[in-house]
Amino acid sequence: MKYSIFSLARAALSGHKNWKPTWRDAAPKDRYDVVIIGGGGHGLATAWFLASEFGIRNVAVLEKGWIGSGNAGRNTTIIRSNYGLPGNTGFYELSMKLWETMEQDLNYNAMVSQRGVLNLYHSDAQRDAFARRGNTMRINGIDAELLDQAALRKMLPFLNFDNARFPVQGGLLQRRGGTARHDAVVWGYAHAASALGVDIIQNCEVTGFTRDANGKVTGVETSRGRIGAGKVGMAVAGSSSHVAAMAGLRLPIESHVLQAFVSEAIKPLIPGVMTFGAGHFYVSQSDKGGLVFGGDIDGYNSYAQRGNLPVMEDVCEGGMALIPMIGRVRLLRQWGGIMDMSMDGSPIIDKSPVDGLYINAGWCYGGFKATPGSGLVFAHLLARDESHKEAARFRLDRFQRGAMIDEKGQGAQPNLH
Amino acid sequence: MRIICPFCGERELGEFTYLGDAKPQRPAADAGEDAVYDYVYLRDNIAGVISEYWYHGGGCRAWLKVTRNTLTHEISAVEPAAGAGAAKVGA
Repeated sequence: MKYSIFSLARAALSGHKNWKPTWRDAAPKDRYDVVIIGGGGHGLATAWFLASEFGIRNVAVLEKGWIGSGNAGRNTTIIRSNYGLPGNTGFYELSMKLWETMEQDLNYNAMVSQRGVLNLYHSDAQRDAFARRGNTMRINGIDAELLDQAALRKMLPFLNFDNARFPVQGGLLQRRGGTARHDAVVWGYAHAASALGVDIIQNCEVTGFTRDANGKVTGVETSRGRIGAGKVGMAVAGSSSHVAAMAGLRLPIESHVLQAFVSEAIKPLIPGVMTFGAGHFYVSQSDKGGLVFGGDIDGYNSYAQRGNLPVMEDVCEGGMALIPMIGRVRLLRQWGGIMDMSMDGSPIIDKSPVDGLYINAGWCYGGFKATPGSGLVFAHLLARDESHKEAARFRLDRFQRGAMIDEKGQGAQPNLH
Repeated sequence: MRIICPFCGERELGEFTYLGDAKPQRPAADAGEDAVYDYVYLRDNIAGVISEYWYHGGGCRAWLKVTRNTLTHEISAVEPAAGAGAAKVGA
């Protein structure tokens, strides 16, 4: 159904009792042109772009649990495009532009809110690095503003500006960045993809690949039977190594746990998204009023979807260093998600060495903001068998070629990205 | 998660730093590019029991080899990594 002010008014007049399911919970057919493994934001966005941009509508999205039950429902909902390296800069701006039109494109309210993303700096060297990053962004047509301390004192008077060790000197602001409602993003893509004929199949775990005599992937074995496919795309960040191993592949990826936190709801305090530059702490405030914050990954391989106390302590210390009054707020919830940490901190969107299998993986802890862009470029790859121009550097063989995209310059140590 | 260090006893996680999977072995100097690529970049990334290196920087500063389940964080064995520290406890 089409959502509008009129559909809302009609539903209100009938006591909101006549809303129909917004997408179809499908049963698997024998065969599809394209099967996407993973019913998160990326998988569903890919299916929608396949159907809407590339005219491929005989598509299934297979989800082990329920759609959006993985990292799409576990992130801190931040969208931004403040990247500095060729490859990332263009791709994330493509994604940012798609965020700006998504709700109209999908006819679904994803609560995209461009409330600004502000990275604080605490030293002269960090200011220079941020100035350089901001210039890189502006050269590429992305908005960025370098703010000094006086501007920040007006905007965020409660920050610990005069902290002896980490004084807040200023920040780099991307006003077009912000947040979006993560569950609504998943449901929005499901709503729009389903309307174009995409089958969304839940409780359908992939247990293996079927291959022909030449080794080409011809379909998947699942907990709901065998499903044939012209092409199979995997969008299962967190479990990429696990799924790729079923096709005999090893990836340059480790799975790590990243924790996130929500405080009790308070009155409006944090106007946008804010990051502490002297530690690792970032925070925004949800529309319900809770402070949503996080920091580093725990640092050890994990598939457990829960973390440990040292990182929780470190994150809260970062929060206290930046906003001392945050100590008065009680922590309400805490959880963990499993990140595909790639060896250079950047994603992989490429054909795999196995014919018929396509990889969308390695999103580290930055997958949410990439959702629409990832869907478009992965659909492009699946439909045309060649990389979208904004994803041309996200190749699987870049590690072998020495063409890493390492924003933090940490080298092949995934827990440092 | 706590780790029972063979030198220091049971200690909290914050004292330790993680290196990663203990399985990759540095190839010989003349092993060729593919072997080096495999060693530096490719990982089994197992969902289950793996053997891995941890460094006890907040204690004895020894390298440890820990057997841990990545699905549950349950640690089943901790032993000193090969080297000078291992010799001290006869491992």
